[in-house]
Amino acid sequence: MANNVHAQATSTAVLDVPVIAPGHDFETVTEAVAQIPLAKRTPLGWVFGFLIGFALLMGLQMALGKLVLTGIGIWGNNVPVGWAFDIINFVWWIGIGHAGTLISAILLLFRQQWRMSISRFAEAMTIFAVACAAIFPLFHTGRPWLAAYWLFPYPNTMGLWPQFRSPLIWDVFAVTTYATVSIVFWYVGLVPDLATMRDRTMSNVKRKIFGMLSLGWRGSARHWHRYEVASLILAGLSTPLVLSVHTVVSFDFAVSVLPGWHATIFPPYFVAGAIYAGFAMVLTLAIPLRVAYKLEDFITMRHIDLMAKVMLATGLMVSYGYAMEAFFGWYSANQYERFMIWNRMTGPYAWSYWMLIAINAGMIQLLWFESVRQNTKLLFVMSLIVGVGMWLERFVIIVTSLHRDFLPSSWGMYYPTRWDFLTFAGTIGLFLTLFFLFMRFVPMISMFEVRTLLPQAKVKSEHHGH
Amino acid sequence: MAHAAEHENPLYGVMAEFDSAQAIVDASKHAVAAGYSVMEAYSPLPIEELNDIIHKKRTKLSRFVFAGGLAGMATGFGLQYWASAIEYPLNIGGRPYATWPAFVVPSYELTILFSALTAAIGMFALNGLPQPYHPVFNVERFSMASSDKFFLVIESADPRFDHAGTTRFLQDLGAKGVYDVAA
Repeated sequence: MANNVHAQATSTAVLDVPVIAPGHDFETVTEAVAQIPLAKRTPLGWVFGFLIGFALLMGLQMALGKLVLTGIGIWGNNVPVGWAFDIINFVWWIGIGHAGTLISAILLLFRQQWRMSISRFAEAMTIFAVACAAIFPLFHTGRPWLAAYWLFPYPNTMGLWPQFRSPLIWDVFAVTTYATVSIVFWYVGLVPDLATMRDRTMSNVKRKIFGMLSLGWRGSARHWHRYEVASLILAGLSTPLVLSVHTVVSFDFAVSVLPGWHATIFPPYFVAGAIYAGFAMVLTLAIPLRVAYKLEDFITMRHIDLMAKVMLATGLMVSYGYAMEAFFGWYSANQYERFMIWNRMTGPYAWSYWMLIAINAGMIQLLWFESVRQNTKLLFVMSLIVGVGMWLERFVIIVTSLHRDFLPSSWGMYYPTRWDFLTFAGTIGLFLTLFFLFMRFVPMISMFEVRTLLPQAKVKSEHHGH
Repeated sequence: MAHAAEHENPLYGVMAEFDSAQAIVDASKHAVAAGYSVMEAYSPLPIEELNDIIHKKRTKLSRFVFAGGLAGMATGFGLQYWASAIEYPLNIGGRPYATWPAFVVPSYELTILFSALTAAIGMFALNGLPQPYHPVFNVERFSMASSDKFFLVIESADPRFDHAGTTRFLQDLGAKGVYDVAA
């Protein structure tokens, strides 16, 4: 009873928490963010985290070196499971990236002010996640230096072009556009803050570097006007782009005629799953980061609460997708479809299916409770588990649909090799390395956008006669 | 404060420093009302009103982006049509060459790619960036323009510009400091 009353009290309190703690002015906001990359001393925790990431990155180098020298036979995928870790991890990473674009673009269009303090590092997360994703299809070709012939619209020596009617080529267009536009959007957002860094640094070298990167930004009224128009246009373009990217990724499966893949629900179900996994990753990064760098004033409990709610909403959409997959299997009255869903639930990979249901449909229900959304430690652990759950989702979709072919004589099992695991762990290392470098050298909160949130930024337009 | 010694140097303009967003908006209004036309306001955050007060005109960027998007769509569709129907038509079971529904996705992606690049490059180009040198950087206090101070520069190109008079005018507007900007 007393607990209930307490929960009631915090519930109204969280909604009242502003997106930026009171008492800040332009200078304190700037100083809090800019001092992190400008600090001469590198925090010990940073060195420790970076070394973990860098060690894993060396593992990636080893795994990819081995792959290039030996061939893709070092991976566990083979007939009938011709696609496994390579595409599972590709979809997993691309999906994670989607939350960054959602925060920076879709929430900008919806004028959600809470996005401003988390958009910068969420966009960085997007770019790094897309870089990790790109490794898998690129190296699955075995000879990535020839990938230009196979992926990009460029004819080979026989004059033959890539198959433009294939979702795999659509995917190349979608993902390269996504990577390019994400980088451009991120850089455009950085320019005014890089100018701030240029003006604040004491070091001549840093001033030159930040000076070049900020392109001579002066913050004039004309600059800002064009800048705001360009940002709005970029947000408007990124929104249909991000929705199209995971839709096209789902086409890789849905356009085939394989039971378990050939489903009309795939595009929206994949997009929701991507945002769900992405918000889990944003929380995984934001919760330790706000404590380590004392940014609680800018990434408040309100942010944590809202992100947990987005995770809950998208998690429910994904659960609906699972229910529909089972329903389609039964309602299709097709023996292969029915077998596929029955095999998922009771076959040799049933453990992965039920773990996925337990996480993405079960555990996520805890987020209905305010007390869970306000418990950052629990939320951090839950976000990591959601990451696992979404990885399992791709594992289930890909491996269970493939391992039971149409003829029982072609049935098989898939076992990943140590090189599969090392490559995957290595991309996590690449992600961590890039993210730690980002935290050390780039202002990780958009200073100029947070300034606009302050009451001092509001301008009364009094009547002025000429 | 204005130094007498700098009178012989060519002058880009006179810069006034303000403390708040409200102050720079009010000062710009007064400067426009006083008949000044060649000026620019600098702020550490976007203030929509400033462009409306000083420049009045809105940017043409959106039109460029629209054109860029159309060019992207035409490129995407043209490339696929040309490669599949003209350059290397491949007869697979009598299926048509110009399968336009299959060409939609790459055309869509290139529309977005070209528009986004036009938006970003166009914004920088219209702003004249990259531009390593600009006279306003000659004023030491201007380094605060990217943190928490607001500046209004009335340029010497203004027909009503008069060094002493404009300096006094800016001081009367309540500026925290008025500086000469060397060209």
